[in-house]
Amino acid sequence: MATVQKKQKTPLIHIVKRPQVAWYHSIIVRAVAIVAALAFSGIVITLLIGENPLEVYSSIFDGAFGTSRRIWNLLQSMAMLLCISLAVTPAFKMRFWNIGAEGQVLIGGLATVIVMMFLGDKLPLPLLFLVMTAASILAGIVWAFIPAFFKAMWNTNETLFTLMMNYVAIQLVAYFLKVFVKDGSGALRPMSEYGFPAIGDNQFILNIIIVAALTIAVYIYLKFSKQGYEISVVGESENTAKYIGINVKKVIIRTLIISGALCGIAGLLLVGGTNHTINVETAGGRGFTAIMVSWLAKFNPLYMVLTTFLIVFLEKGASQVSTDFRVPEDISNIITGIILLFIIGCEFFLQYKVVFRKTRKEND
Amino acid sequence: MLAFLVSAIRLGMTFLLGSTGETIAEKSGHLNLGIPGVMCVGASCGCFAEYLYFSAVKTNIVPVLAVIIPIVAAFIGAAFMGLMFSFLTVTLRANQNVTGLAITTLGVGISNYMIDETSTIFTKGSKYFTASLPFADDLGWFGELFLSYGIFVYLAIAIALTTSFVLSKTKVGLHLRSVGENPATADAAGINVSRYRYVATCIGCGVAGLGGLSFIMDYLNGNWEYCIDAIGWLAIALVIFTVWKPNLAIIGSIIFGALYIASTYITGFGFAEKELFKMLPYIVTIIVLVFTSIRNKKDSQPPAALGLNYFREER
Amino acid sequence: MAKKIALECRSITKTFGSVVANNNCNLEVMQGEILAILGENGSGKTTLMNMVAGIYFPDEGQILIDGEEVVISSPKDAFNYKIGMIHQHFKLVDVFTASENIVLGIDDDKRFNMKAVNKKVIEITQRYGFIIDPEKRICDMSVSEKQTVEILKVLYRGADILILDEPTAVLTPQETEKLFSILRRMRDDGKSIIIITHKMHEVLSISDRVAVLRKGEHVATVNTPETNEAELTELMMGKKIDLNIKRSEPKNSKDRLVVSNISSVNEEGRPVLDNISFTARSGEILGIAGIAGSGQRELLEAIAGLHKLTDGEIIYYTPEENKPENLRDKTPIQIRDLGVRLSFVPEDRLGMGLVGNMDIIDNMMLRSYRKGHSFFLKRREPKNLADRIIKDLEVVTPNANTPVRNLSGGNVQKVLVGREIAASPSVLMAAYPVRGLDVNSSYTIYNLLNNQKENGVAVIFVGEDLDVLLELCDRILVINSGKITGIVDGRTAVKDEIGLLMTKSTSLEEDADGKEVQ
Repeated sequence: MATVQKKQKTPLIHIVKRPQVAWYHSIIVRAVAIVAALAFSGIVITLLIGENPLEVYSSIFDGAFGTSRRIWNLLQSMAMLLCISLAVTPAFKMRFWNIGAEGQVLIGGLATVIVMMFLGDKLPLPLLFLVMTAASILAGIVWAFIPAFFKAMWNTNETLFTLMMNYVAIQLVAYFLKVFVKDGSGALRPMSEYGFPAIGDNQFILNIIIVAALTIAVYIYLKFSKQGYEISVVGESENTAKYIGINVKKVIIRTLIISGALCGIAGLLLVGGTNHTINVETAGGRGFTAIMVSWLAKFNPLYMVLTTFLIVFLEKGASQVSTDFRVPEDISNIITGIILLFIIGCEFFLQYKVVFRKTRKEND
Repeated sequence: MLAFLVSAIRLGMTFLLGSTGETIAEKSGHLNLGIPGVMCVGASCGCFAEYLYFSAVKTNIVPVLAVIIPIVAAFIGAAFMGLMFSFLTVTLRANQNVTGLAITTLGVGISNYMIDETSTIFTKGSKYFTASLPFADDLGWFGELFLSYGIFVYLAIAIALTTSFVLSKTKVGLHLRSVGENPATADAAGINVSRYRYVATCIGCGVAGLGGLSFIMDYLNGNWEYCIDAIGWLAIALVIFTVWKPNLAIIGSIIFGALYIASTYITGFGFAEKELFKMLPYIVTIIVLVFTSIRNKKDSQPPAALGLNYFREER
Repeated sequence: MAKKIALECRSITKTFGSVVANNNCNLEVMQGEILAILGENGSGKTTLMNMVAGIYFPDEGQILIDGEEVVISSPKDAFNYKIGMIHQHFKLVDVFTASENIVLGIDDDKRFNMKAVNKKVIEITQRYGFIIDPEKRICDMSVSEKQTVEILKVLYRGADILILDEPTAVLTPQETEKLFSILRRMRDDGKSIIIITHKMHEVLSISDRVAVLRKGEHVATVNTPETNEAELTELMMGKKIDLNIKRSEPKNSKDRLVVSNISSVNEEGRPVLDNISFTARSGEILGIAGIAGSGQRELLEAIAGLHKLTDGEIIYYTPEENKPENLRDKTPIQIRDLGVRLSFVPEDRLGMGLVGNMDIIDNMMLRSYRKGHSFFLKRREPKNLADRIIKDLEVVTPNANTPVRNLSGGNVQKVLVGREIAASPSVLMAAYPVRGLDVNSSYTIYNLLNNQKENGVAVIFVGEDLDVLLELCDRILVINSGKITGIVDGRTAVKDEIGLLMTKSTSLEEDADGKEVQ
């Protein structure tokens, strides 16, 4: 009698921490999560627009890979998202929640546009590109340095600080557009004549090459350099960092300068290498998505290539779905959100093991 | 000046509801960066429900229902987002910051999708929300400043005061705060940490969702605008600004409201300069953040376990 | 036996991953008795009691209350069966008052009335002889006051079975005596009390019976009056182990580190180090004894350049030329750049000495990665060092790429101490280096410290076990509330003498506090 009662009351599900996971296990779990997310978003799309899910999937693939132009677009968007993800990674590895990539990119872009506008006809092109690069990097650094300085000195909450800096940057761009677009439309004419050169006849190759190089550089920096090692130590334990004599304040500021510089470069590539103009949507929410890309890739720049691919693939696919089936563009945000939530959720199965008490007993 | 103040108060209520919702979640230890998305979802669910209600009944609209249906829909829709957040962070123990940002992405997407699919104009429904007491107009400036508002202003203040009371004066509040301060202790005392976090986050999100709805239906008189997420971020900042006290947030939210609309009321500047004035709330927030961190007072600290997930058998 | 069994554990087993914490444990407690659970660190005492208190759930076995089988799957269940546990690490909310902490989690009262709670708390305190202000916030309380709140919490819930996990570890002997008299009063009131400890004399003075655990298994339960220290030690250890730590005579001892009149304050501005002066000599182990939190940590951190001083100086004499260097107000880097070879094994191994998520190789680099002008890291030397330490100190690990978090406590400590010694220090400071370690690992550490001493290193050893301090150290410095209350010779001093020095001046403060509260 007592045993029956006990079995009823014993917790059915029991969660224990996994000591370590085999590599294939982690791949399987993530793959399952992605497939589940795709299936789920397929269902959501189908429910929303009432079309055959297979047609929706083919539309997604078509949007991402349908034509060579689309493939280039996909690669270009990946490069941009990856660049910003690389930028936020050193800071995150240090547990500095830089949610201000959006603003840092935008201000880098603004600096680029200003240089193009005022020095475009005064300097020879190579020199102009150099000044554009310097200006954008410097602007990105300034935008990242300000919150980093206060974080280092007084432990000011960096999440909200960087977030607010985004909006300050947005308003600065809005101000700039109001002042310098004389017709009042707020749309600045693209200054393609001062944009980065196309390689062959493809305008995006240069961006892609630059970001590929940056990916490898950031990977090496984080994994093999002394500064990268210091970032890991500060991120894991500030006490340990102090114990071995790392100047934590210096590391915070230095790392954010790198972070800001990379964001500045992203702004440069978006303006100088892509749009040749600017508006408040130039960063386009990538600053936020980048945080998730970086986190999902466990701060490893090489894995980030995969996570950016996944997200950009879905974005492109979803926007194709929205044109093919005439539904609002925002469907891509919904899909991205769903995918992210699935992958975030799947981490649980990598860190913990669910034990079903009864089944285990029977197995014994 | 009076119009400015009235306007600031009306907008302030959006901030107030948003920050009260976030405070409830934060007191349980959940740093919910999904609030901007949640507010969008609340707004769109409320508007969508109003749209459905109007298309269902055509002419014979019951004013009470026209108010209650959107409010309930906004609360439920937003609370559902909170449920997702809690499922990921409590049950699946995901990182709160990342989950919150993903919820914001999803929420903004859902909300814009819903609105693009239906309508961006809800002026008809808005009338029921902005209807004030009939005798308010007869009382001069007093009536305008205190009685001229629609239901949301009184609702928001009531919610803030209730939250404040529950947190500081009741056992539920004590338990909730203990969960946010020291979940291991709360657990050892027999408090169901997961349940408190789930419920607090869902209610918090529901309240924040009402904030989104108040922005559209009250402040904007039913004209949809795609900037609720920006307001949501400021609402989160307001939580720090008012040191996790919803009663203080009543004043704080009006200040934020005033700063947010200052650019439209300040005369003598061009269009371009007004864009600079729009920075005001963000810059003030930054200054307050810096100021409070430099002062570093003991009483203005966040809940000790904010942002940390709890796992009982962690060793 | 006339007394009834209050609580019984039957063949309880609990594992964490591959570690067996409890294996087939049996235990019973009578009503109105004090049962001591004796065992070494890691013998599974706390885990077993955590299962009774609902913190963990047993893999196998049954728990019986008053002869009835029960399932305790949460602390709340435990409260319902009138079981209350006072944990070693207090489970209190710092910003709450005593009363708020006490009522936390109780939801049977209809109305929430703080005044009524305060009244009931005072009633309980008067009944058993506690002294506490129910309106005082936890963050303003002393350790013993916090413990009082913990006990009140359990009593307030009407617990009949009280479990205390190492309650005396943080108390002065006077406070311990006070606590024991309260416990006796509770026993006479019919309550069952389980006290977890590894201090032999306390077992003998307080308990009615003793249950001994060894390596997760229940070895025996004996009646206290019928046993003695030797028998219990044997039960606890398995075989009788002589605590015979070898101690050589210091050779060629020179002043290495002269600390004079240093003082410091904590964040709240209260003094933590108060006019401390001593000398550490080469080829000698200087022990530091004191109640936990008396300033030991700050003292070592001050020497290491991590704790700011308000007064005094720390002079280091180089072994080669006997040249004095002032270390005060220098950062760890500056100290190292002066050529001072200072090694420090901090108390918080994974939170300070090592990085848990990094592997052994990367942890080896912590101290040495800066060497050289290269922008990049060199992992070859740390890899060799890691392999050498794993081999020499018999670290149990799959390989050098294993994150140290996954190692057991003893192996973590071997990695840390191994790294610090590999830097061939002239001063070696170790804070509680054997805490939580099994006997074998502890001896490995003692031997390492002794080797360093014989090599002419000035060793500073902060310990908690007076027996170890007395057998290992050449001199013992006793610290109490940030002041030095005495420096004794490790060969001639006796335990009582040190115990008295550890507690001398705090007893005065306690009395003052007591009056203030009244």
